[in-house]
Amino acid sequence: MCPQVDFDTIVHDFDARTQRGLARAISLAESGRAAPLIARVYPQVGRAMTIGLTGPPGVGKSTLSSALVRKARTLGKSVGVISVDPSSPFSHGALLGDRIRLTEHFVDADVFIRSMASRGHLGGLAGATADAVTLMDAYGLDVILIETVGVGQSEIEIAELAQTTLVALQPGSGDSVQVLKAGIMEIADIFIINKADHPMANQLRREIRSMMEILQFSGWVPEVVSTQATTGVGIDELWVAIEKHIAWLKTTGKMHEKRQEAFEHQVRQLALGNIAVRLEDRVKAESHGASDPYAAAERVLATFNVSL
Amino acid sequence: MADRPLRVVVAKAGLDGHDRGAKVIARALRDAGMEVIYTGLFQTPEQIVQTAIQEDADGIGLSILSGAHMTLFPLIVEQLKAQGADDIVFFGGGTIPPDDVVALKAAGVKAIFTPGAPLQDIIDFVNAECGKKART
Ligand SMILES: Nc1nc2c(ncn2[C@@H]2O[C@H](COP(=O)(O)OP(=O)(O)O)[C@@H](O)[C@H]2O)c(=O)[nH]1
Ligand SMILES: [Mg+2]
Repeated sequence: MCPQVDFDTIVHDFDARTQRGLARAISLAESGRAAPLIARVYPQVGRAMTIGLTGPPGVGKSTLSSALVRKARTLGKSVGVISVDPSSPFSHGALLGDRIRLTEHFVDADVFIRSMASRGHLGGLAGATADAVTLMDAYGLDVILIETVGVGQSEIEIAELAQTTLVALQPGSGDSVQVLKAGIMEIADIFIINKADHPMANQLRREIRSMMEILQFSGWVPEVVSTQATTGVGIDELWVAIEKHIAWLKTTGKMHEKRQEAFEHQVRQLALGNIAVRLEDRVKAESHGASDPYAAAERVLATFNVSL
Repeated sequence: MADRPLRVVVAKAGLDGHDRGAKVIARALRDAGMEVIYTGLFQTPEQIVQTAIQEDADGIGLSILSGAHMTLFPLIVEQLKAQGADDIVFFGGGTIPPDDVVALKAAGVKAIFTPGAPLQDIIDFVNAECGKKART
């Protein structure tokens, strides 16, 4: 028989800053059982630099993550990477393959990589991703990279969580315009034109520019950076752009605003998740044999002491 | 019952470039409801064990076809012990002669699946062994 790992052991291992402690703490969060630990560490967090990375499948998100880890390590910073992949809605299983691009960092004691399955959560992240960021921050990691699922459709939740959101696009893929239309344009703090040695890179740059004109950004105007993640070309420039954005957040007071929004977002998620379950029970109960939807909705709401 | 999906690292060690078998296993375990962390080719024992720790894996499945199993499997068992992570269920597969299977099991590998082993046997094994660990 394998020994059980209890809550106190996990907290003890987490406090001792062991990778096992952090790993198991993230699992606790995934099982919805990390609340006491989050409560305890929350006062210490907010120190880490958090970077979100989204874009269509195959654009090079994981390869870019690996290049950014390399960059951060040359600066002496410790790094956490969270890669989210979709769970199958049928089997609930998942194939988490982003590590394939990150192998060079596996045995670096100052790099911690965690693959997360979305477990039914929509919006490009997993339900526990925010907690995973909190735990990595409290653990003491300097930079936290978050790679979204990347199916392209309205993965805007990352912008609520990360300080800086990178949107990666690929020249000549045609789907770049689709991605821009899907509402991802608005969340970009920095556009990355990856695989920039492609002959159509300049055309993509023009497309991004003209979309930006339509949106008329005020305040921060997104930077557009060309990279080749596989060779590292452009990663220094990307890092400079990220630091510039963070500095802008700090000097304008937006950092504080963003943190407040992220906080509210998680409160909303936690409350909604709980209410959704209660609601579902009531909906089933009150719909049975009800005369019309409004009457049933009134009875559902009555159990929450409100009315239509 | 486990209150969460089982998490299994499927790794491919050594210098042979065949990962078809590993991919078939990875997909089968996913379809059986598990979260499979796939690490790609040419992993060292250290890389595999660090991965399993960071991913809080319940199990590690290692595929080897290169003939280097008598060195690689024991190295991983050793690494797991050294890291205090030998509660992670370690199993493997590949073209491994029966005598070596006996020796590897004695050395701490929980199960060895040779070519032709039904996928369902592997799924059942992981559910039974890793499930014990995940139950709370
Ligand atoms: N030619 C070229 N290939 C790249 C570049 N960046 C990534 N790739 C390749 O694109 C493929 C998908 O990369 P990956 O990082 O897994 O994409 P993701 O799905 O967005 O995470 C891999 O084969 C990478 O090697 C690049 O800058 N140039
Ligand atoms: Mg990826």
